[in-house]
Amino acid sequence: MKLLVCLKQILDPDVPARDFQIDPAVKAARRGGANLVTNIFCENAVETALQFREAAGGDVKITALCYGESSAEDCLRKAMAMTVDEACLVERDGNTNPDAAAVGRVLAAAIRRLEQDGGPFDAVLVGRESGDWGVGQTGGLLAEELGRPALGFVESLQPGNGGVTLRRQTDVGIEVAEAEPPFLVTITNNEDNVPRIPKTRDVMMSYRKPLQKLSLADLELDSEEIRAGSSIFEVEEIFIPTDEVECELAEGDTLEERVDQLAKRIHEVVASIG
Amino acid sequence: MANVAVCVLGSLGYDRAAQGAAGAGRALAESVGGELHALVIGPAADDAVAALAAVADRVVVGANESLRDYQPEQALQAAQQLHAAGGGDYVAVLLSNDTYSQEIAPRLAHRLGGSSMADAAAIRVDGDHLLAQRTAYGGKAISIYRLKKQPAVVWLRARGFEPAPEQGAPGDVTSADLTLDPPRIRITGREVAAQEGVRLEDAPVIVSGGRGLGGPEPFQELKKLADAIGAEQGASRAACDAGWVPPNWQVGQTGKKVAPELYIAIAISGASQHLLGMGDSKVVAAINTDADAPIFKHCSFGIVEDYKQVVPLLTEKLQAMAG
Repeated sequence: MKLLVCLKQILDPDVPARDFQIDPAVKAARRGGANLVTNIFCENAVETALQFREAAGGDVKITALCYGESSAEDCLRKAMAMTVDEACLVERDGNTNPDAAAVGRVLAAAIRRLEQDGGPFDAVLVGRESGDWGVGQTGGLLAEELGRPALGFVESLQPGNGGVTLRRQTDVGIEVAEAEPPFLVTITNNEDNVPRIPKTRDVMMSYRKPLQKLSLADLELDSEEIRAGSSIFEVEEIFIPTDEVECELAEGDTLEERVDQLAKRIHEVVASIG
Repeated sequence: MANVAVCVLGSLGYDRAAQGAAGAGRALAESVGGELHALVIGPAADDAVAALAAVADRVVVGANESLRDYQPEQALQAAQQLHAAGGGDYVAVLLSNDTYSQEIAPRLAHRLGGSSMADAAAIRVDGDHLLAQRTAYGGKAISIYRLKKQPAVVWLRARGFEPAPEQGAPGDVTSADLTLDPPRIRITGREVAAQEGVRLEDAPVIVSGGRGLGGPEPFQELKKLADAIGAEQGASRAACDAGWVPPNWQVGQTGKKVAPELYIAIAISGASQHLLGMGDSKVVAAINTDADAPIFKHCSFGIVEDYKQVVPLLTEKLQAMAG
């Protein structure tokens, strides 16, 4: 079987709020001193794919694909250090507009190109949403571009009866599904797909693994619309909210008094709900 | 003339989220001078259809029996066909924020040649386009998007919108006969989470615990507090990742987005990841040892104290007050 995992490189989402700034010229976050990292749900997707390969115990090949700047090579190297077999980077200029439709079209074209050369992918895995814009539309749009069925919020893939068994998280609890390839899933996190730490040896080996580079021109997608990333939506405005509220701290000489005050406030609110 | 559609799942009925989505839809319909239509995926209870007819100008139900059992490919096909059955002339198709609507929305947008957007907290018309507001960068920023193609297919932070008002006369209800292909991904089983009480998203009061609790045992203590005030229990990502409580307790960017009347954050520092999940709460109370914790910038009242000292005493007092 063949699996493909899509990766996105983003600004480290753990940057403290006090260091976070907007660049009004590009209507996006200023990078500042922040690191670039792989989006966490994408790393969960890599881990989920690796666990499928281990469970299948047989011949499963995993490819990582990223549409990003040259710096995103780091994400692909890290995926290969986690023991993904091969990688492909579709190079994008500095534009970081979040238009998921353009991204979906680029990823679909790259997937078709890779499939021409190496055969079809049974499953495409995409992170549920990204830690930067977080719009969470890429997986669904990519499924439509590829014309493949899809399931969202998946936490594991297991070899099933002639297909693949999926487990996913919903409002009502866990759902189990049977999928016949080819299909797409968006991956969410759970306690079992926490990304593994690469072994030193695998980090060294990752530099010997193949990393193919494609341009938008290679994919015949070198249009203004794709490059600008604004086919279905664009950022009109972005700002840092200043709706911090004044917190009233419980006061009093003794703990007893302070907790009593807190209890009264809580009781007040609860009683008002009725 | 252009209309607005609200797309609801028959199996979920006309719940608070659907009411909010319809409310947002009515406001939008008024601003474009069009009608509000309700597109219902799958058979729905009579009272839910009646409630929709009371607020919408037209209701189209895709009543195929097979739609009772949610399958994403079929629900998507149904939504697409209902869109056409309703006239297809929609500036916007609005959905609520249940898991199913979330996964359908972008794919429906693609099939209709429209724009997709997620988790909108506010929407309005601007010229030929819809503008949608939502959080970005894990809650550190607010972004407003211009949706360039019609229809704008948007799933909403639905409970944040006022329910739709009832109209003078109920809207027409019609049934559409849909053609559905067998799904290539089939949901075969559901393990309904052993979560007592209501869904976290619907809970009026939530007591959440975080990393500062240091382990699973203190959640038992928090449960007593929650029981005393009829609250559901939630947790931060740190507490869930550590395996102290089930993952479906998680409130935050990577967990549930909740909007209770009262949210009590205990030993939660208030990382933006978490704030994104509970920022719409009406009243927030915090218990934390660190006076500089970000949570104190996002709460109405709180106490700077070790939860170990506070919670048992607080529970006792609240039990007494509840009488």
